[in-house]
Amino acid sequence: MNNPIITLEGVEKRFGNNLVVKNMNLEIAEGEFLTMLGPSGCGKTTTLRMIAGFEEASAGIIKVEGERVENKEPFERNVNTVFQNYALFPHMTVFNNIAYGLTIKKVPKAEINERVTEMLKMVQMEPYAKRKPDELSGGQKQRVAIARALVNRPKVLLLDEPLGALDLKLRKQMQIELKRLQKKLGITFIYVTHDQEEALTMSDRIAIMHDGILEQLGSPTEIYEHPKTKFVAGFIGESNIFDGKVTAVDGNLLTVETEAGSLQVCGEGFAVGEEMHVSIRPEYLEASTSPVAGFSLDGKIKDFIYQGSVVKTTIDLVNGQEVKYSRFEQDQTVSEGQKVYVYWKPEKAVAIKKNEQGAV
Amino acid sequence: MALTRREKKERRINILSNIYAFLVYAVLYIPVAVMIAFSFNNQRYNYYWNGFTTQWYGKLFSNSALINSLWYSIIIAILSTIISVIIGTIGALGLKKYEFKGKKVINNMLYIPIIVPEIVLAVALLIIFMKVGLSLGMGSILIGHCTFCIPYAVVTIKGRISGDNDTLEEASMDLGANRIQTFLRVTLPTIFPGVMSAAFLSFTLSFDDVVMSNMLAGARQSTLPVLILSMNKSGITPDVNALTTIMVLVIVTAMILNNIIQRSLKKKKGKI
Amino acid sequence: MSMTDQAAMPKKKNLLPKLAMAGPVSLWMILFVTIPLFYIIVISFMSRGVFGDVVYKPTLESYQTILDPTYFQVILKSLKAAGVTTLLCILIGYPFAYIIARKPKDVAAKMITLLMIPFWTNSLMRLNAWLLLFQTSGPVNNFLMNTGLVSKPISFIYTDSLVMVGLITNMLPFAVLPLYSTIEKLERSLLEASADLGANARTTFMKITLPITFPGIFSAIILVFIPSLGIYTVTDMLGGGKVLYIGNIIKNQFGSIRNWPLGAALSVLLILVTMLLIFIYTRFAKIEDMEVV
Repeated sequence: MNNPIITLEGVEKRFGNNLVVKNMNLEIAEGEFLTMLGPSGCGKTTTLRMIAGFEEASAGIIKVEGERVENKEPFERNVNTVFQNYALFPHMTVFNNIAYGLTIKKVPKAEINERVTEMLKMVQMEPYAKRKPDELSGGQKQRVAIARALVNRPKVLLLDEPLGALDLKLRKQMQIELKRLQKKLGITFIYVTHDQEEALTMSDRIAIMHDGILEQLGSPTEIYEHPKTKFVAGFIGESNIFDGKVTAVDGNLLTVETEAGSLQVCGEGFAVGEEMHVSIRPEYLEASTSPVAGFSLDGKIKDFIYQGSVVKTTIDLVNGQEVKYSRFEQDQTVSEGQKVYVYWKPEKAVAIKKNEQGAV
Repeated sequence: MALTRREKKERRINILSNIYAFLVYAVLYIPVAVMIAFSFNNQRYNYYWNGFTTQWYGKLFSNSALINSLWYSIIIAILSTIISVIIGTIGALGLKKYEFKGKKVINNMLYIPIIVPEIVLAVALLIIFMKVGLSLGMGSILIGHCTFCIPYAVVTIKGRISGDNDTLEEASMDLGANRIQTFLRVTLPTIFPGVMSAAFLSFTLSFDDVVMSNMLAGARQSTLPVLILSMNKSGITPDVNALTTIMVLVIVTAMILNNIIQRSLKKKKGKI
Repeated sequence: MSMTDQAAMPKKKNLLPKLAMAGPVSLWMILFVTIPLFYIIVISFMSRGVFGDVVYKPTLESYQTILDPTYFQVILKSLKAAGVTTLLCILIGYPFAYIIARKPKDVAAKMITLLMIPFWTNSLMRLNAWLLLFQTSGPVNNFLMNTGLVSKPISFIYTDSLVMVGLITNMLPFAVLPLYSTIEKLERSLLEASADLGANARTTFMKITLPITFPGIFSAIILVFIPSLGIYTVTDMLGGGKVLYIGNIIKNQFGSIRNWPLGAALSVLLILVTMLLIFIYTRFAKIEDMEVV
């Protein structure tokens, strides 16, 4: 990457004996919307806090615009943060909250006025300038928090689960607003969330973290269509995952033996005898009442679950593993307790190397 | 309107508990009432009731021993409050924010002056001051008072530091403010109510203190409570009652004013 | 300085604010609490000189003196008085705190303020008021004489009973405040659950309310018992020199009598009692949770 705006090289964070971020390497391009996604405790927030300067990295190098910042105080770094619970100063009005950073930098009064007003307009909070934070709704607080950070014209905006406290409808609306804002201003966003839908909707690239390790870095499509690790396959969307061993390789078509039976998948770079995982999305999984060539996964229909837009069918395989497939309407060709044969188009399934980690 | 059995029972319990509360308050307020009543007693030593007079309210100002000790107490209370609140505020934040070796020990140590009988701490300080040759006087009393005011201040303020405080400080630094700017512009204003209660508490504790002031006082000047204690043998004169009555009035007025201000602030908020 | 130099610097930036903030309070506590208390323990094992000065010759003499009947009687009497005060403060204070806690929030806040107002009145003058009320020609005796209930004044003052009245009225808020804050935190749903499961009011109180509010009760015990044990102002004001508790004895050793090692030994005794109660408290609750203000 040419002139990344943020570079992490071998960054680690240790709390006591606990290594919460492990050997993190990441380059973020100017103007990019990068999301760090993962379950709670995966190290995503800690990584963000190291970039902001609230936590010191135990090892490694952090660069902002090519300049090392590990030993710089938060107030010496040209990045700003939008906090999870907004962290608006309760004793200041909305206007003074937004003006805070500029006041500290001793920007002339007239300019402060102008820039804060402009920001208020941008986040549609002009009528609320004189209010205190505890007189605002969650969504309004959110806008103020964003304005307070953006008014300083940071090179990078760090957002720590900024929409986490909002209800679903407002969250969706704010997602779109944020994305538009980011495109308009061209500022780099580093966005932390545990909500995969949010990540898929907003990001240019997603960094998936798990147990302090960067599992996969890629565009939303890459992450969704081609998970590189078992964790990513299981974490993003819903997947049926099989553990097995390659028994035959024919071009890129692999035959895999699993506990539930044998199956087929397309994949490159696998050898006979190799242990691996196979992931197949419920929308691609099929069930037939008669056996299908290449597959020997039989099971019984367990139940149908109505989920509004789709109906999911659950199948118990012979080894007890449960798999699901989803259709827009209930599959009328089968009924509860009926024996079925599970299969799919081999190119729709994803072959995953065993113990693949830190794909970057 | 007919009441159900249950409502009747609840009402009875309610009446009984109100009577009980009233009786407890009565016992607590009797001494205050008697103290005020005897400030109007037309008799030199308050041995018996001898008719109503307001003369003591004028005469107390010519009792120089009384007035001097009052000023001495006020000055000591103000200085102890300032020292305790400064050390207490900074200390409460430090103890809440940072982890260091011995933090738990310090945390527990704070409770010693609060719990241990004051006389123990007073004599302990006395012998140390004697040992290092510190002469007794305002300085020694101040140290004594601060030694119990600081822990109260720390505990009071620590209780008011919310979990949000760290994030607010981070937000401030994130926006370019250094540690001192952050302390003055964000931390202090958010914990201000706690700081005010700590100040009020420190002032009251210092102003009403007898034991430390008695043990650690020099020969020249005593505080008001120590003066009252020494007057006890010969009899406390009504002008002292008059003075303490004025003090009660000042405190109650201050509290009512504070209450009104707080309430009007809240109302203002509610309107928007 | 170039960027790389700064990055290579040792990471000491967090030490200064830490020291500046936690330092003063820690230093104060060490200088004026730890060292003096340690020193008083040392003094308690030293001898008393001919002129009342401390002679640095180790001895157990002071501790033997404590066991001497004259002093031991005082200690027992103080323990008893402090015990009775504590018991009565809790018996009176618990229902009182309970009543306040069950009132609506704003009423409760007013009731607590009402409780505190007398305590912002000079404590010695409040004690003196009991003396004025009960003195030989005071209002109470006048009333009894006028109504013909007694033929000559009863001498209430300078008695153990009046000292007890003074102690209880002075200590009551220190029992009520911790009790109130634990009872107030008690969730109503727990009591409702208990009733729902078939317990009557009495059983609910014994099995739910009392155990849950126990930390508050024990805080009240500590905050009343220990100060009562060491107090000397109440006995001075209402005992007229006839009623003596440990506090008076300690004070006298550092005043008129001048026997510092003995005073120190008695102080150590009070420290030990304090430590013991605190130790018990920490077995079931955290000291930080004790409501002291």
